[in-house]
Amino acid sequence: MAVNDMTKLTLGPIAYHWSTQTRRDFYARVADEAPIDEVYLGEVICSKRAPFHEADLPATIERLERGGKTVILSSLAEVMLKRERKATADLAAMEAPGIEINNAAGLFARGKRPHRIGPFMNAYNEATIAWMAGRGATHVCLPTEMPAPAIAAAAAAARELGLGVEVQVFGRASLAVSARCYHARAHGRTKDNCQFVCEEDADGMPLRTTDDRPILRVNGIQTQSESYIDLLPEAGQMIVNGVTHFRLMPQAVDMVAVATTFRNVLDGTHSLIDGEQALRKLCDGISFSNGFYHGQAGYRRIAAAAAN
Amino acid sequence: MSLAELICPAGTPAALRTAVDAGADAVYCGFQDATNARNFPGLNFTPDELAASVAYAHDKGTKVLLALNTYPPAGKVDLWRQAADTGALLGVDAFIVADMGVADYIARTHPGVRLHLSVQAAASSPEAIRYYCENFAVKRVVLPRILTIPEIREIRKEIPCEIETFIFGNHGLMVEGRCSLTNYLTGQSTNMDGVCSPASDVEYKRHTDGSMSSQLAGFTIDCFGADEKAGYPTICKGRYTAPHRSEPYYAFEEPISLNLSRLLPDLVEAGVHAFKIEGRQRSKSYVRGVVSAFRQAVDDIRAGREANIADLVALTEGQKQTQGAFETKKWR
Amino acid sequence: MSAGDDTLPRAADLGTSVLARLSCVIVQPVLTRVVRRVAKQHPSLFSRLGPHQGTDFVIDPVELPFALHLRPDPQALVFRAVARNAAPEAGATIRGKFMLLLELVDSEEDGDAAFFSRDLEVTGDTEAVVRLRNALDDVDGSIAEETAGMFGPAGRAILARLRRAYPT
Repeated sequence: MAVNDMTKLTLGPIAYHWSTQTRRDFYARVADEAPIDEVYLGEVICSKRAPFHEADLPATIERLERGGKTVILSSLAEVMLKRERKATADLAAMEAPGIEINNAAGLFARGKRPHRIGPFMNAYNEATIAWMAGRGATHVCLPTEMPAPAIAAAAAAARELGLGVEVQVFGRASLAVSARCYHARAHGRTKDNCQFVCEEDADGMPLRTTDDRPILRVNGIQTQSESYIDLLPEAGQMIVNGVTHFRLMPQAVDMVAVATTFRNVLDGTHSLIDGEQALRKLCDGISFSNGFYHGQAGYRRIAAAAAN
Repeated sequence: MSLAELICPAGTPAALRTAVDAGADAVYCGFQDATNARNFPGLNFTPDELAASVAYAHDKGTKVLLALNTYPPAGKVDLWRQAADTGALLGVDAFIVADMGVADYIARTHPGVRLHLSVQAAASSPEAIRYYCENFAVKRVVLPRILTIPEIREIRKEIPCEIETFIFGNHGLMVEGRCSLTNYLTGQSTNMDGVCSPASDVEYKRHTDGSMSSQLAGFTIDCFGADEKAGYPTICKGRYTAPHRSEPYYAFEEPISLNLSRLLPDLVEAGVHAFKIEGRQRSKSYVRGVVSAFRQAVDDIRAGREANIADLVALTEGQKQTQGAFETKKWR
Repeated sequence: MSAGDDTLPRAADLGTSVLARLSCVIVQPVLTRVVRRVAKQHPSLFSRLGPHQGTDFVIDPVELPFALHLRPDPQALVFRAVARNAAPEAGATIRGKFMLLLELVDSEEDGDAAFFSRDLEVTGDTEAVVRLRNALDDVDGSIAEETAGMFGPAGRAILARLRRAYPT
């Protein structure tokens, strides 16, 4: 793969309800050791979880920035309740750090001040991206399910407008969000009475079909893919097509090593084959997928047409 | 009091005429392509069929709303623009949209045609709704089926547009316009292709004990015992196991339909302008039955009489009905 | 809705007898006339079938001694009665009580509802069945009435008697 110092690695917001201590340790390691350029913080999935982590946020931001990372705060994907509306408005009012918006309520509150567009914002095409750019968007994370030709067309349009273009290249895909909490439901509770049972599943609660095939993961109100997306083999093509940022979603594996693997392959210091082998070892027992990118069923793993 | 318009589904020209004749105030429909979220085989309208259907509906004083409520992937936006141009030419009364690029195009190119914000846009707060109203002059929002009636009443006070809510039909669990479950198993996208559990990937298997399993792209979604009622083969209505749930359970929702017939007066009082009946994929028989029943109910409410709605449970998924989030937030 | 929750009778043993073969011979001329007439009256039906004009549908009215084979190809329309053991390999099979099937053809009954209640069974190519259902649903009026009408007052009387015999 060509040497590409310019392509940035980002770390997406933690989707799960990891404990405060786990988060502290996680971000301390990321700050010190991970070859990651930009880190997204904040609760995107469930507004009930946010109070657990808010107190730590200033220290985490400071820690990451000291480690040379750019920090961006991500807004909630679902905004319905008063506390969610307030959290979104408060975030949109911030001058620094940068913010990533995941709900139209955030766009409303932000007005024309600069912001990033998150993967839940459905920026599927050049017309929408142009509209958003005209309203202050500086960067767009494309929806995870987009196939390669659409990514290429969207990236070309976004670059023309001077926007950064981001694609998730690692981790479980977000497949759906709901008003109902499926973690609570699995335990015979409701969302209001959930007792934060989602904390038990650091990598999501696995669902299997009745004939015992792993299929999905439940993370509170979110449904995720069973497989981890791995687009390391496709990264070279995406760079050619204008993608500027690769997003790694935090999973319950050694994310510093995952980031290092991606960086090494992107920089050309390691071969793709070595990189893929390393990822396989790091994510033991997890299936990888790249079907969305190839316009096929998302769970599928399509052999790369031309590895280089 | 609001007008309480009745908005009815039309999957084919014959279904459209059926809905009009049964008393629909407006019908909604789409073209035979990815520009709408019911892009199902053998369903929907050619431009010629839409032209004739608009004429039929307008002749009887019924409005026609054109669903352009999917998200064009980059490089294919022209298909949505052309659909909008055709719809405007044929005189549809409103476009139902979700994508900002599509909304922006219509607002600029066809400012004379009303824009309705599709449930696929998932605007569930006053701020989100106002974003679309202020930027694209949206005249009506179709609310996601996740809000309680008191929450709808509060939203109504803070937005400058009309509210449409679903009152009957398929009970979508996931936030609309944010669901890639179908694409994960089949390679066809709900947002970009307008499909949900496409029939081409669905297979039913009969077993010797009388049970029937439904599969999507080879994944078993559910297995119905000989005496059990069935549902759609959608991933969000399937049965699965979890580490502490060794017996298969409905992890998301059981096969069930929304039926708000008992809540209509409360919805009117909360400021809902229009009632939407789901089911463009259903038959004329369904359209006739559901539309006439709700026509009668809405007329009763308008006249200040108590509404007495016919029993529609036979038409519901799993032959079960719910008032979902509208009744209690415990549903969440 | 069809009355009763009794499960569909097992049809396999029904369709192999001499009676089955005899019945097929008797009804075949009627079927041919019916399908030709429907095709002529409702040409738009075929475009909704799309790629499934060439699909072999087996329509299986569980209580009748024979099944029906439909291939809705406008160039070479097939609609024939077949003994169950002589039915072609089906692209899609639709099973249910005869009256339910008749009502589905006429959109007097909702296919999804009949499926939810388990009165209707679909196996094989689901898309083919969905297309056929949508194509038939776009036909105005009653195909059953039209068919009965082809046979004059006697035909209509038979249809009326049939409907009375099956309380719905």
